[in-house]
Order: sequence, then structure tokens, then C-alpha cells
Amino acid sequence: MQTGQEAILAVNELVTSRAQPADQPRTARKTLRVVAVEALGPLTILGGIVWAFAQPYRITFFYPDGKGFWDWAVQPPLLVVIVGLLFSLLVAPGLVEDLERSGSERGDAASS
Amino acid sequence: MQPRAEIAHWLFAGGFLFVGLVLLAEAIVGPAVFRRRAWRACLWPSLALMAGAWLWLIAIFSTFSTLHLVAHSIWAQAATAAGAVQLAVVRGRLHSQYWSLVTAGALLISGASFLVHEQNGWLFARSAFLHHLIGWTLVVASAIPIGEALRPRRAVWAYGFAATWVLLAVMLFADRDVASIFGHLSELAGGRP
Repeated sequence: MQTGQEAILAVNELVTSRAQPADQPRTARKTLRVVAVEALGPLTILGGIVWAFAQPYRITFFYPDGKGFWDWAVQPPLLVVIVGLLFSLLVAPGLVEDLERSGSERGDAASS
Repeated sequence: MQPRAEIAHWLFAGGFLFVGLVLLAEAIVGPAVFRRRAWRACLWPSLALMAGAWLWLIAIFSTFSTLHLVAHSIWAQAATAAGAVQLAVVRGRLHSQYWSLVTAGALLISGASFLVHEQNGWLFARSAFLHHLIGWTLVVASAIPIGEALRPRRAVWAYGFAATWVLLAVMLFADRDVASIFGHLSELAGGRP
């Protein structure tokens, strides 16, 4: 049979303070999201470069004989690299900034 | 000096890849963060509208067969309608979740158009194979916006929709005017007898 003091201790053992702050998993997930968004562009660029090595004949610079304007203007592996660059330079930085800002706003709201 | 068909397809592949990356980013960060900047919210619908305009141009210049003319016109109409409706949704003019059924319809019609206008079998040539593959991909992918309409705000729809565009880009990049598929190339398509 438990005394009143022991019962309070037992309740306190069950309802202890967290070993990790409550917002820690959320922060870790947010960091993963930032990494994922930042990785999309470079991975795409890498894909284009790997493709260029795998199929160099799709790069007009390497096989220029008899090629016309459109062959020079549109080279698929280079298009992939350009798309990756555009995403990395135009879309990803603002997204990461907004993602981090939303994380800090959530933190402010939680602490206030 | 018109570009060859494969060149136009690669250009669209580049555009689709960019759309895929943008949608993938939206799926990762969630719509609330993604739509914090108005230009970003309007990016995907605007690109769809732009694709529609380009497809109309192709429909005008690519007149080598009635089937191609009709198919490109249908894709142009579908892209324009889906882009316009999505633009109205992100700008807050339309509110119902069921508006994504317009996107589903556009994908379904586009897929059907791919399948109907390809008269040859899967292994006739690479372009024929890709027509079938892209057609069925679009038909299957039309289930994603339907899912979004019935069970909105689930991450699986966003990731699935983004992956569809990346897949379409890969397929379009693989397109060649005359090329074999798994070692098959019909004589009628330019293969050796």
C-alpha cells in the first residue's frame, strides 16, 4: 500500500520532463527539408553531367560535324544541367529562407 | 528553320523537369511555406499556361498530319484549361477542392490523345513506344488529382504529381525521331530491312 507522498512521486516519475525539448524532432525534420530542397538542384545538375559522360554523342560540342542551329541550341544533358542551375539559383534559396523563417516563427510562438 | 520534332520534345522535357522540381519542392516544404511568395504560388499554373501557348504554336506549325494537329491542339487546350484553373485557385478566386478535377481531366484527355494518335504498336520505334508509355502514364497519373479532390492535403498526391512530371521529362528526353527500342525498329520507321 502506497502512502500519499509515494503516490505523488509515482505520478511524477510517469510525468517527468522530456529528455529532449518538445521542438527538437520538428527542428530535425525541418533541417531535413532544407537539405532536401537544397539537394534537388545539385542532384539534377549531377544527373545531367553523368548523362553527358554516359552518352557524349548527345553533346554537340563533342561531335560538331554536320550539326545545325538547333543541335547547338538544344543539347539534352546540358538542358538538364541548366534546369538544375535555374532551380538552385532562382527557387531553392527563397524556399530555404522561408522554411527557416517559418521554423523560427513556430519557435517564437511556442516560447511565448 | 523549324526544329525537328525531337528538339521540340527535349525543350518540353526541360520545362517538365523544371515543373517537376518545383512541385517536388512544394511537396517537401508544404503549400503553406511554398505559397508565402506570390510568384512561387503562381509558378506551376503559369508554366502550364505557357506550355499551353507553346503547344498552340506547335499545333499551328506542326501540320504534317491531321492527327498530330488535333492531338497537339487537345494538349494545348488541356494545359491552358488546367493552368488557368490552378492560377485562379492559388490566387483565391476559386476555393473548392474539386477544381483539381480539371487537372485530372486534362491529364486523362492528354493521355487518351497520346494513345489514340499513335497508330503503331509499342515496338514499332522508340517514338511509338514512348507515345504508348507517356499516354498510359498520363492516364494513370490522372488518378492523382482525383485523389487530391476526394482526400485533399495528403502528401502522397503532391509527391506523386511531382514524380509524374519528372518521369514525363525523362521519357521526353529519351525521344528520338528515328531510333530503336529494345533492339526493335520497323523498316517503315527507317530501320534496315
